[in-house]
Amino acid sequence: MNRIYLDNAATTPLDPKVLEAMLPYLTEQFGNPSSIHSFGRETRKAIEDARAVVAKEIGADAPNEIIFTGSGSESDNMAIKGVAMAYRDRGNHIITSAIEHHAVFDAAHALEKEGFRVTYLPVNAAGLVSVAELANQITDQTILVSVMHANNEVGTIQPIAEIGRILRERKILFHTDAVQTMGSIPVNVRDLSADLLSMAAHKFYGPKGVGALYVRKGVKLAQLIHGGAQERNRRAGTENIAGIAGLAKALQLANAGLAENQPRITGLRDYLIGRVLDGFDHVRLNGHRTQRLPGNANFSFEFIEGESLLLNLDLKGIAASSGSACTSGSLEPSHVLLAMGICHEIAHGSLRLTIGKSNTKEEIDYLLTVLPEIVTKLRDMSPLYNSSRKECATCTLKR
Amino acid sequence: MQVYLDNSSTTQPFPEVIEAVEECFRENYGNPSSLHRKGLEAEKIIKNSRRRIAETLGAADNELIFTSGGSEANNLALFGVINKYQRGNYLVTSQIEHPSVLHAFKRMEQQGYKVTYLPVDGTGKVNLDELQTCLNSHPALVSIMMANNEIGTIQPLEAIRAIIDAQKNKPLFHVDAVQAFGKLLFNVKKLNIDLLTISGHKFHGPKGIGALYLRKGIQLEPLIYGGGQETGHRSGTENVPGIAGMGVAAAQIMRNLNSNIHKLRQLKKHLTEFITRSIENIRVNSLDTEDFAPHILSVSFPGIKAEVLLHALEQDGIYVSTGAACSSRKQSPSHVLTAIGLNKDEIEGTIRCSFSIQNTEPEINYVSERLVHHVRELRRII
Repeated sequence: MNRIYLDNAATTPLDPKVLEAMLPYLTEQFGNPSSIHSFGRETRKAIEDARAVVAKEIGADAPNEIIFTGSGSESDNMAIKGVAMAYRDRGNHIITSAIEHHAVFDAAHALEKEGFRVTYLPVNAAGLVSVAELANQITDQTILVSVMHANNEVGTIQPIAEIGRILRERKILFHTDAVQTMGSIPVNVRDLSADLLSMAAHKFYGPKGVGALYVRKGVKLAQLIHGGAQERNRRAGTENIAGIAGLAKALQLANAGLAENQPRITGLRDYLIGRVLDGFDHVRLNGHRTQRLPGNANFSFEFIEGESLLLNLDLKGIAASSGSACTSGSLEPSHVLLAMGICHEIAHGSLRLTIGKSNTKEEIDYLLTVLPEIVTKLRDMSPLYNSSRKECATCTLKR
Repeated sequence: MQVYLDNSSTTQPFPEVIEAVEECFRENYGNPSSLHRKGLEAEKIIKNSRRRIAETLGAADNELIFTSGGSEANNLALFGVINKYQRGNYLVTSQIEHPSVLHAFKRMEQQGYKVTYLPVDGTGKVNLDELQTCLNSHPALVSIMMANNEIGTIQPLEAIRAIIDAQKNKPLFHVDAVQAFGKLLFNVKKLNIDLLTISGHKFHGPKGIGALYLRKGIQLEPLIYGGGQETGHRSGTENVPGIAGMGVAAAQIMRNLNSNIHKLRQLKKHLTEFITRSIENIRVNSLDTEDFAPHILSVSFPGIKAEVLLHALEQDGIYVSTGAACSSRKQSPSHVLTAIGLNKDEIEGTIRCSFSIQNTEPEINYVSERLVHHVRELRRII
């Protein structure tokens, strides 16, 4: 049986070249970078080299604007909580969006319990925040705005550069969660006017267990993990050298491959979206039609549970997702789809297919041959589909 | 000859660990939260590893939370407990804890908590009378490390436990076992420990992975919010290869624990005896008794700058440390050596040799000879 991996937004396979770059630090060069002998010095150098690579790849001014962390979630938490706590004396208002990843969303919720006021910007039916609305919400108490670069579920890319320009003028710190965009589209902190930016290596063919946070020079940050003096006193803990070297290598490779991969993956995505929208009734595309991640296709098949859909696809060897991976185990409907005005029932029927650099047109064609029979089978079992066959009346989003 | 004697800083991963990590990287790349087969495969690896490690601690599978390392686990334990329970504002720890515990408490002091840092005696043991006194003021949390990372002192945890258990309102009890795991036999249930920290790279596992034992029923406020992984206590896509590697390392180090401990003790004893026999005016900070970890030997050579000795040894291919790795790059004198009462000369002349089961007798013979040579040479120059 074919095994086709179409869940590249959840995680990506490690690039063999990345593994090659990591192996020396798992085997012979195992020193603790804080040790002053040569075992320590060689791993310290590996980390500083990796830092310089990451800084260059994202257009940072200096390597020490990069902090290595244990994950994208840690980077997000560190940015949100770190800025809030460090700038508490300046104000207590934070603006974010209603469709952020839970790492930002739940960190913001936690700050509300600490006495901060958080504004969750609404999004339109395509998942876009309104820049005008964002500007309206700014008060003299606003210390931080966090809007994700692209959404992990529906793939909508936000007007980050425009938001960044406004916030830079207003002298308000701006964090963007670039976990989904890094390595998929060009990401440059200068172009985006971002003060803080999160990334996770395993989303761009790097290893799990390592992330990074860009913090523009001069931005203060309270620590999340206290202890040793690692990462210039900003993140304690013996460094995951192999992971850090892997992140840098993966980012370099992903960016070098952008010119080829981005248009090719976008082409596959548009082919898939076109065929699904033409081939099925009662199906809608979630997210923006064009302003979306190259590899993201998110559909709602009415009258079907997204989970049944993906389990049936799995039986055919196709790995897909019903939303984001980290919430796919929960029965809660996606907060992203709900924020976009999609009703509970249809939010439950969403299927996320995310294309990566190793997927082929043949694989998409195979998906397109098995999908109709699965959809038909599941709809035949649905009493709702047989009785009504009506468009959902409560949804604001129409096909 | 190359002799790595800095195993308290970090260890070389076992070949079997590297194999397990590599296999994960090549084959099991799924996100454990994904519902499809690739996800289930990854989830299964985590489950197996969790069971393996929990078993070595005497814990149940669902009592272990994976983190990015020992520092994160320590921070999660301490901040997690005080932010969740908010019962009282008094906390107790010792003066010789690892910086990831000490600095967390310093931060809590800034937040308005009152913290007692228990003093230790000349061998590094906490003062139990003082602990008793502190407990009368009903602390919410007590955190004491099992084995010290600089000198290897093993704390009398059973006695500490007994003192805590005699309390009406028992504080939660956290133990940093980063240095102890794989070098001492212990059981979290027998010691009735509430939270306990371990770190993969200290026992021949990979870097970037650690774990916190969390006794069933205790809840923590997370440090990292998000997708709700690790039963909501620690969000973030799991480091599957790291977890797999740590599981293999734990199983392997525990398999022959008794003979490993015996071997480490022999190496330490051998080097100690050679040094004490051959060099005068030294202070051995890690005694050759059951009260000290088998793998750490801290020795002070007054009159010598430890850093100079370290570099001299490095020229001979011998790698030791002047203290803990995480503080060895800063200038301030060791808080541990200060707490056990060493004077400035002694502190400045202190090196730490830390052994692993990968070290051999011939290596220690070589180190003994070179160490004595360099100490004599350096003392002659001065």
